[in-house]
Amino acid sequence: MLRNLLLVIFIVVSALVLVNVLHKEDGYNLKLEELKHEYALKDIPSVDHTKLPALHKDFKTPQEVTEACISCHTETHLEVMASSHWNWERVSYVEGRGISSSGKKNVMNNFCIGTNSNEKSCAKCHIGFGMNNNSFDFDNARNVDCMVCHDNSEEYLKGSAMAGYPDRTVNLEAVAQSVGSPKKSNCGSCHFFGGGGNNVKHGDLESAHLSCDRDVDVHMAANGMNMECVACHSAKNHQILGKLYSVSTENSNRSTCEQCHSSSPHLSNMLNRHGSKIACQTCHIPEYAKVNSTKMAWNWSDAGKLKDGEPYEIDDSLGNHSYLSIKGSFVWERNVKPDYIWFNGTADQYLLGDTIQSIPVKMNTLYGSHNDRKSKIIPVKIHVGDQIYDKVYNRLIQPKLHGENDGDSAFWQDFKWVEAAEAGMKQSGLAFSGEYGFVKTEMYWPINHMVSPKEKSVSCAECHTRDNGRLANLSGFYVPGRDYNKTLDFFGYWTFLLTLAAVFGHAIIRMLYNVIKDKFEKQVINYDEDEPDAA
Amino acid sequence: MHKVYIYKGFERFWHWTQASLIIFLAVTGFEVHGTLDIFGFEKAAEFHRIASWMLIALITFSIFWHLTTGEWRQYIPTTDKLKEQIIYYISGIFKGDPHPTEKTGLSKLNPLQRIVYLGFKVILVPITIISGIFYLLYKTFDQNNMVVIEEYPLASIAFWHTLGAFLLMIFLVVHVYMTTTGKTPTSNIKAMITGFEELEEEHIDITPKNDKTQTA
Repeated sequence: MLRNLLLVIFIVVSALVLVNVLHKEDGYNLKLEELKHEYALKDIPSVDHTKLPALHKDFKTPQEVTEACISCHTETHLEVMASSHWNWERVSYVEGRGISSSGKKNVMNNFCIGTNSNEKSCAKCHIGFGMNNNSFDFDNARNVDCMVCHDNSEEYLKGSAMAGYPDRTVNLEAVAQSVGSPKKSNCGSCHFFGGGGNNVKHGDLESAHLSCDRDVDVHMAANGMNMECVACHSAKNHQILGKLYSVSTENSNRSTCEQCHSSSPHLSNMLNRHGSKIACQTCHIPEYAKVNSTKMAWNWSDAGKLKDGEPYEIDDSLGNHSYLSIKGSFVWERNVKPDYIWFNGTADQYLLGDTIQSIPVKMNTLYGSHNDRKSKIIPVKIHVGDQIYDKVYNRLIQPKLHGENDGDSAFWQDFKWVEAAEAGMKQSGLAFSGEYGFVKTEMYWPINHMVSPKEKSVSCAECHTRDNGRLANLSGFYVPGRDYNKTLDFFGYWTFLLTLAAVFGHAIIRMLYNVIKDKFEKQVINYDEDEPDAA
Repeated sequence: MHKVYIYKGFERFWHWTQASLIIFLAVTGFEVHGTLDIFGFEKAAEFHRIASWMLIALITFSIFWHLTTGEWRQYIPTTDKLKEQIIYYISGIFKGDPHPTEKTGLSKLNPLQRIVYLGFKVILVPITIISGIFYLLYKTFDQNNMVVIEEYPLASIAFWHTLGAFLLMIFLVVHVYMTTTGKTPTSNIKAMITGFEELEEEHIDITPKNDKTQTA
């Protein structure tokens, strides 16, 4: 009996032990080691540009530098001039719109709204010189700005509101001799500061990337792989891999995690399988704006207030502008948990002149749904706000914001919406009714950078949980641990409890009967025992 | 009164391993479901998958055992004395009436047990295991190592799996309780542990493994 009992206990225990033994902890991921090795080897430039006589020259204009570049790289300007960095537009097929041309020329956003009539200021982030207005000559190779991307000296700087020309302090000769493969500081000079300040737009791309630790970004960390942007956003013929869906529409030429990590990067099959519906970023970027705050809301309707006739600004405790007379009021956030949406890689933007279809106006629409096989859940930053629109024509207004002098109808000079709208729309070739209001808008920014170390990635239970999980706002599909059939659960639990109750009831009745029987038997015994006494 | 060797070695091994696996699967499964919080979702899901493969292996062996030994005949349903058996559990048991059916090595199960266990084996366990296999293979990989999702909705797979789980738990409660309704409250459990049970009738001549029977 004891031997058998021990045997049974042994079997039960060994079954449970086996479960634990068969469960393996993560082993050694060779794939990742190979990648680390590959990217640890940094390119050595094959040419030392300081040794080239053509670059030893007192350049009077930046165009002369471009000519010097072209004197050796004789066809490269053609590649650059075929890129969207130069053209600020791209022809593509858009669902519901057909073949359309979109880009910085005609796409609007809910930050500084749009480039039309503001070219001189916006051109700080155009890879060209002399974009004063919308009649820039996109065929003139002399105006290609090679230095903004290829300066490795960190000396080059585009001037503020100088139509894309470099700041006057820049030593063009030194810059020309220091060119090389683009560094983070080159890409970052625009992509970190879009929207008028550091980390305003993206939330996951900011100047902290120039020197951050692995907790902020495993790829670009100074104490990590220290990768450059172009390590992933590689370029063939100056066509750079990767899309920004505030201006892009098609699911092509994207820069993906899978291009290095493959579609089965984990040792666990379970995690790999998640890749069919969950983008890598969803788990591996638990939060963005990890160092500096990012703008979450921008209300243009508050703009234009003056103190003693002068514009003013209010800063919050972290030094971020919470109010600017020229731009309105802002909400900033740091360490933000992303929102999550389904995305299939195609998008549409609100283009200048589009009629407002719904409120809030979606400045860009990221397509996708849970029942679309190509869609995955991605993390996004949703930037909300309000901005000026034409009440009669029911479309967003492109105001003229930047101006040189008072009285040239620019809002940042005169703070008069009607004049600014009139001037902006005129330059855009659109009518303005004269009646304006402010309409709520929202814009979707896929979060792709600031990948955390794997230990800090989103854990299973953050989504697989009944309440307030990260995916609480997405519905229409079944997530184990989050979803359940309410009717089944109701009947299941109640039937289980009733069964327990029935069993207990049955047991109690049995025991009561036994007690009664016992008493009866005891009485009989007592009677038997009493018998002799009585006799 | 004879001590009869009624549950063979494999049968006991199978019974207790299956019992512990089902209870373990229930604990981890209801954690995945969101009812319990013991191992954490990740470990619960992982353990649940491993234990499920072990259960599938065990049940494969037990099917083989039932077929080759002919033990499957124990589960052929009968209506003979079924009513008496039900009435016994409703009233007779309280008064201390004798069991309406006799337990022998050749016929271990009473008519009610036959029907319930048959349902357990051909409906309840298959529902749970088949839906579980669908759940396991919900996403697979194609020849290019890309993840492929089956088109059937996870919600309906999960429905059947959860339904099976609830029914199994209800079965478990009743089953455990019913073991106390033997000659003494623990005699049935002891029998399933040792293999020997004291039975009324002498079946020495037909009980398998004659040599192991002992007279009380």
